Amino acid sequence: MAVHSTHPPGFAHQFETVEQQREAGHLGMWIFLATEILFFGGMFTAYVVYRALHLPSFILGSHELLVKFGATNTAVLICSSLTMALAIRTAQTGGSKGTIIVWLLLTMALGAAFLGIKLRYEWYRDYVEGLIPGVSWLSGGTHTPGVKMFMCFYFFMTGLHALHMVVGLGILTVLVVMTARNRFSAEYYAPLEISGLYWHFVDIVWIFLFPLLYLIGGRYPGS
Amino acid sequence: MSTATADLHQAPAEPAVNYLNASYGIKSWLLTLDHKRIGLLYLASITVMFVVGGVAATLMRLHLVEPQGALFEPETYNKMFSTHGIIMVFFFLVPSIPATLGNFLIPLMIGARDVAFPKLNLMSWYIFMTGSALALYGTISGGVDTGWTFYPPYSSLYSETHVVAVALGIFIAGFSSILTGLNFIVTIHKMRAPGMTWFRLPLFIWALYATSLIFVLGTPVIAITVFLLGLERLLHVGIFDPAVGGDPLLFQHMFWFYSHPAVYIMILPGMGVISELITAFSRKKIFGYSFVAFSSLSIAVISFIVWGHHMFVTGQAIYAGLVFSVLSFLVAIPSAVKVFNWTATLYRGSISYEAPMLYALGFIGLFTIGGLTGLFLASLATDVHLNGTYFIVAHFHYIMVGGAVMAYLGGIHFWWPKISGRMYPDMWARISAAIIFLGFNLTFFPQFMLGYLGMPRRYAIYPAEFQVLNVLSSAGASILGIGYVIPLIYLTWSMRYGPVAGPNPWKAKGLEWTIPSPPPTENFEKIPIVTEPAYNYPAIEAHDYPDAPGVARV
Amino acid sequence: MMGLLPSGFGVLATVPFQPPAASSIAENVDQLYLVLSGITAFFTVLIFSIIFVFMVKYRRRKEDETPVSTHTPLVVELTWTIIPSLICAVLFVWSAALYVQNGRPPASSTEVFVIGKQWMWHLQHPEGPREINELHVPVGVPIKLTMTSQDVIHDFYIPAFRIKKDVLPGRFTSLWFQATETGTYHLFCAQYCGTNHSEMIGWVYVMTPTDYANWLAGGEKAESLAQLGERLFSQYGCDNCHVPEGNGRAPSLVGVYGKPEKLQSGETRVVDESLIQQAILTPNSVHLPNYQPVMPTYQGQIDSDQMLELIAYVKSLGSEERNGK
Repeated sequence: MAVHSTHPPGFAHQFETVEQQREAGHLGMWIFLATEILFFGGMFTAYVVYRALHLPSFILGSHELLVKFGATNTAVLICSSLTMALAIRTAQTGGSKGTIIVWLLLTMALGAAFLGIKLRYEWYRDYVEGLIPGVSWLSGGTHTPGVKMFMCFYFFMTGLHALHMVVGLGILTVLVVMTARNRFSAEYYAPLEISGLYWHFVDIVWIFLFPLLYLIGGRYPGS
Repeated sequence: MSTATADLHQAPAEPAVNYLNASYGIKSWLLTLDHKRIGLLYLASITVMFVVGGVAATLMRLHLVEPQGALFEPETYNKMFSTHGIIMVFFFLVPSIPATLGNFLIPLMIGARDVAFPKLNLMSWYIFMTGSALALYGTISGGVDTGWTFYPPYSSLYSETHVVAVALGIFIAGFSSILTGLNFIVTIHKMRAPGMTWFRLPLFIWALYATSLIFVLGTPVIAITVFLLGLERLLHVGIFDPAVGGDPLLFQHMFWFYSHPAVYIMILPGMGVISELITAFSRKKIFGYSFVAFSSLSIAVISFIVWGHHMFVTGQAIYAGLVFSVLSFLVAIPSAVKVFNWTATLYRGSISYEAPMLYALGFIGLFTIGGLTGLFLASLATDVHLNGTYFIVAHFHYIMVGGAVMAYLGGIHFWWPKISGRMYPDMWARISAAIIFLGFNLTFFPQFMLGYLGMPRRYAIYPAEFQVLNVLSSAGASILGIGYVIPLIYLTWSMRYGPVAGPNPWKAKGLEWTIPSPPPTENFEKIPIVTEPAYNYPAIEAHDYPDAPGVARV
Repeated sequence: MMGLLPSGFGVLATVPFQPPAASSIAENVDQLYLVLSGITAFFTVLIFSIIFVFMVKYRRRKEDETPVSTHTPLVVELTWTIIPSLICAVLFVWSAALYVQNGRPPASSTEVFVIGKQWMWHLQHPEGPREINELHVPVGVPIKLTMTSQDVIHDFYIPAFRIKKDVLPGRFTSLWFQATETGTYHLFCAQYCGTNHSEMIGWVYVMTPTDYANWLAGGEKAESLAQLGERLFSQYGCDNCHVPEGNGRAPSLVGVYGKPEKLQSGETRVVDESLIQQAILTPNSVHLPNYQPVMPTYQGQIDSDQMLELIAYVKSLGSEERNGK
């Protein structure tokens, strides 16, 4: 039987070696991300079809969104990916658990800032202005059916993304606790790496969402 | 633990401690991380779902003995066929072989102690149970009447049934599939025993690997599709409503993008089982191993690019029809290759006819018919006439029931001694296999004829001229139902009263047969080192012993 | 007991193997079907026989016998991969050719409009007569059906003609046939559409030209679709802006049907039934450059029958000039 004393904390006994566990974990996360690409991809496909069918309405709808908040959020998320990568780097180079926790908490703060900006300055405003289909929708005027379709996709896609962010925050909380309990070292930090992959993926989805939703039809001075 | 083959004069002994009795109590089952126990949990759940779906089918066929309908108002009949389809597709066929036999056998066949992510495995089962509970709740509280295909605008704007509950159940159960597929792919990549190279793997593993690719790539799309449908119903926003700029055909494209590969999720594992059964009961290595292995992968890949053949009559562009038609013909070829290879495996074999082999042979015959009738549907001009009729119903039942369910039963019977440690009475098993084969053909062959004559599907009442064929079909269905009940009885009986099986009652090759029946929780005392190819049955080279006894002459 | 047997078989003998073949394409489709059945039967019998022979010849005679080894020659694998592929290729080409041919209605087709709605078929002859769940047509004349749905997806299916097409809300699909035998044939809805889907059935009456003319004349004198449409065009105020001279607030519609138009959005679309319907229901989605988007929407004010009449009227505008040119 294998010698247990050489196995770090977190070793799972269905595996024969730590290396096998690490590789399995990584492969598993990549496959999971592939499923997420197909998941969001379904939504993106429907969006592309309707944008092609209703481009003028989609342009009008897109102009209802405030680019400054979308752009700020993009910057916020990219920074959070940086802090996440730094957390992993710290673990990789055997840095102190305090430093890792700081980077993780910064990542969480940036993620929370993203959600906060969305909720307070975008969705709440949309609610007040009657732009949330099914919840508060003031039609009439320039709100053609195509605009409503655009707003549906805006909320579905950013909503699904926000849900993934919330899950990400939960994962980060768990990671903070694990780090505080000395579970990681320069030899074993796989959960940090794997969670980092997930976080970066959620970031990349936003990087696609931002231009597709906020920047349709361009913004020209005076328009 | 002795692994010597059982001596005929000495009854095999059941191991004192195995995965079934290693721990007791309901908590040890509901919180188990053992892939074998999880496989049994799934076995129980999907058997329940099969009975629910089967009862719906029985009621449907009883109703259809009369042209004006014998039992129900059309509204109720519509709910019956919808329930039958939804339960059978999403809650029985899709999980069946992978979640039960796959979970149980993959680690055993590759020489591992468990799957890569045991906790994820248990979570998959709970997710499946949650989805099933929602779907059953939707069914009991009135059901849905949209068909398992949920086409809008009917399902989004007009149906007044529990669409959201059932759609949510399907959405949740989808995650069970995704996680199972993910687990299997990582397990097969990373946890094979030393020496177990890809091309020494049993073909069952190749089949489940291909199935898992479809699980992880296809299921997310159906999830998003029913998600959008559910949102449309809940929020009254017209995603698929033409009056507000939506496109009902977009739903169909998205739905079939998953649901066509899904039918390969349902048949590929069965094909994997057949490879195991044919080799074990003819005691020969498979004919054309790499062709069979690669055919599983090609089927998985091509399955993603043929979905449009469900939409030939929707008014889509002729060009699109041509592309999907040629690709649909292409996907038939790897299946044909498998059938020829299985048949050739029998050549110069040493064949015995226990129940699993009868199921395997039945599969080959019925799958051949079902698959060839697919050509009628890949062919554009005939599909125009046959789409939406009973021909389609017959085609997919030949494959799903004549194929997948028979493979499932064959696999259950083959590995039952390994799972339970006991043998079942083979006489009864053979009788049931024969009843199922006969009942099945009587039920579904007349439906090919009904379809060509023009009887549309999903009809609660029908013109009187179609009655004779409908009555024949219903008669077959009652026979088929009896055939399914009998195994439930003797398999349950065998768990307590069946003779002890021993490690390898079939004298089959494969790592799972080298360990005790039932296996210990950790599967292998010591992880084996593999040096043999798959199906390494002893064989004489003909040119060495041309006159030896037992050498089959051509 | 014995007396039951002959009558039992007699009943079975009344089951036909195929529906009547009553259109110009039916026999071609049946030929293809026959060949497909032949291929299915051939391979089924082949596999079943080989398996049966092997089952008998290679059955296990002694428990510990050792079979002779067999090998997998590549040529065998390739043969049974290539031959089915060739068969499939032939089937595809034959079927595709039939399908493409059947997809193009002859230019001289008589057009009949179809509206499907839960749970009935509403058919509209251009000369005026309307039918519910019935379609009278003359034999030997190509008929083009232009169809739309008022609610959910339906499917128009005439087994005897071997034709079928989905009928969709919000757009038009089309189907054509030429009946070759007089008689009465089933009409079915073949896309599940709700509670009474199985009652959305009817009959197609194929008549000799004389009988058909009598049938047409025998009904109440009805105005043609285009005449009804002209009245609606005025009633809804369309003629206030769409003046024929083209100097009104809206483009002239004379001769516009069938021509490509470049829209404000930049894309070019051919003016067909779908575009006309879209223009009436969601005008701002298809307005032309150089015109203000001021046309009101008629969503909710015009039902499917009225839509057909308006479309027929627009199609008729300038048709004399078109034919003359």
